[in-house]
Amino acid sequence: MHILEGNAVTKRFGGLAAVSAVDFGVDRGEVVGLIGPNGAGKTTLFNLISGALTPDSGTIRFQEHDIAGVKPHLICRRGLARTFQSVRVFPHMSAHANVQVAALFSRADRISTAEAYREAVELLEFVGLSDVGEVPAKDLKLPNQKRLEVARAMATRPELLLLDELMAGLNPTEVAQAMELVTKIRDRGITIFMIEHVMKAIMNVCNRIIVLNYGEKIAEGSPQEIATSKMVVEVYLGE
Amino acid sequence: MRTRQTTLISLIGPVLLGLALLLLASLPLYASAYTVILVTSILMYVVLAMSWAMFSGPTGYISLAPAAFFGMGIYTAAALGLKMPLAYVILLAGLGSFCLALLVGALTLRLKGIYFVIFTIGLVELIKNVVLWYEVTFTGTRGRFVVPVDNNTVYNIMLAILVLLLLTTYLLRRSRFGLALQSIGEDELAAAHVGVNVNPLKTIVFAVSAIFMGAAGAIMATRWSYVDPYIAFNPLFSFMAVLMAIFGGLGRFYGPILGAVFIAYLEETLITRFPYHYMLIFGIVLVATILYLPGGVVGLAPKLRSWFTRRRRAHPGG
Repeated sequence: MHILEGNAVTKRFGGLAAVSAVDFGVDRGEVVGLIGPNGAGKTTLFNLISGALTPDSGTIRFQEHDIAGVKPHLICRRGLARTFQSVRVFPHMSAHANVQVAALFSRADRISTAEAYREAVELLEFVGLSDVGEVPAKDLKLPNQKRLEVARAMATRPELLLLDELMAGLNPTEVAQAMELVTKIRDRGITIFMIEHVMKAIMNVCNRIIVLNYGEKIAEGSPQEIATSKMVVEVYLGE
Repeated sequence: MRTRQTTLISLIGPVLLGLALLLLASLPLYASAYTVILVTSILMYVVLAMSWAMFSGPTGYISLAPAAFFGMGIYTAAALGLKMPLAYVILLAGLGSFCLALLVGALTLRLKGIYFVIFTIGLVELIKNVVLWYEVTFTGTRGRFVVPVDNNTVYNIMLAILVLLLLTTYLLRRSRFGLALQSIGEDELAAAHVGVNVNPLKTIVFAVSAIFMGAAGAIMATRWSYVDPYIAFNPLFSFMAVLMAIFGGLGRFYGPILGAVFIAYLEETLITRFPYHYMLIFGIVLVATILYLPGGVVGLAPKLRSWFTRRRRAHPGG
């Protein structure tokens, strides 16, 4: 049973097909990786799923609802959250407030600001940011800003979480911590679809990997299958 | 120690504001007619600057449309002043500006940055010329007389509008929508992705802020007694509102109030003392503010505080 399913999803910018007839499916409870060289269309695909962009053709279904072209705030309220490749925290707001906004506006049931604040405290603890709750987001270090984005996305109570290069720019210790965080999120029963360049991370945490190149899906399979696929190696390393 | 100090400091604002409002409410009892008129126009600027800051402060959308909503209020008073009681005129002026802002906001708040600014400048011109065309074509005159109202009534109504505005701003800032507006100003796309329904929220707050501008226009019109489209839709009202709010500081509740009081008083003093050089001095003050006080006057407080603490640390004995 797919929680997220795309059929022939296509997006063109001018004449260039950034995403071209891509089919994909993510099952409930899975961790699926999305990899490919720079410019392969990975982030564009995430933007199409989260509602930041509307596909030119094809369908995207999330929990049986067609979400292609639906506004981002509605997709979010349906239970699909994301983080951004280039961090997009609310810079002058405290870490608490960043998470609080998400808790307040993403739910069908209205919760009070005090309740939202309590959830923010909990989630900051979950991602390991308890000490810096009152610090403006812009003053956090990059790895912490990324964690804050995760906490903010979690505050929307997602069924499916899109992580866009959570580990880019992190050192090996931080990568290890981020991997642990991904596992913790999965253990909460949240399905994860993640773009990642750090191969060690992708190979370790993903059940399945989808490979994009020039906007097309060129491979899909288990980490072992992808690691040994001749085609994937060629795309990444050249012949 | 530190916390007791901060709670005391945070009480200063509300206490001063309460005292100021009490003083203002009793002003007509003891002050001269000149003072009442002067304070009325200062209050008008406070209303314009604060209602502008209600929307533009958190969202960062620089609207130069206050003159359009203010002018709508003025023309509502001019058109309906004879036909119904003053209270209805003012309510209708607020409602009219609300509806205009709702329409304009729904059409244009998806514009970003400079495009939105330019549109709002154009809006003032557009409405001015539509009114001008209407007057010349259908009534045959350019201006209108407005039923005058005595100075104390004008003053009291302006003060009432301000109190309602302060209350609205305070409640909005404390509410979930205040937080959402701020998140829109910080990163609109990210705000949408955490569930904030961005466009309706922006539009409604924009329209609510216009209510106060329209109401202020309606009551000011009764004091001017003659208006024409050039007086009513004077873009200077937009610029003044923006300048005062930025001068005072957008981040804090009191910023626009301080800015409006200071600049309106400065303008009045300079006009009477230095009628020929007033624009020059005024300009220098504004340039200096933007260069040296980017956070506005309220941005000074934390700077001064840290300066004092540093001095104290440098001379522990004294």
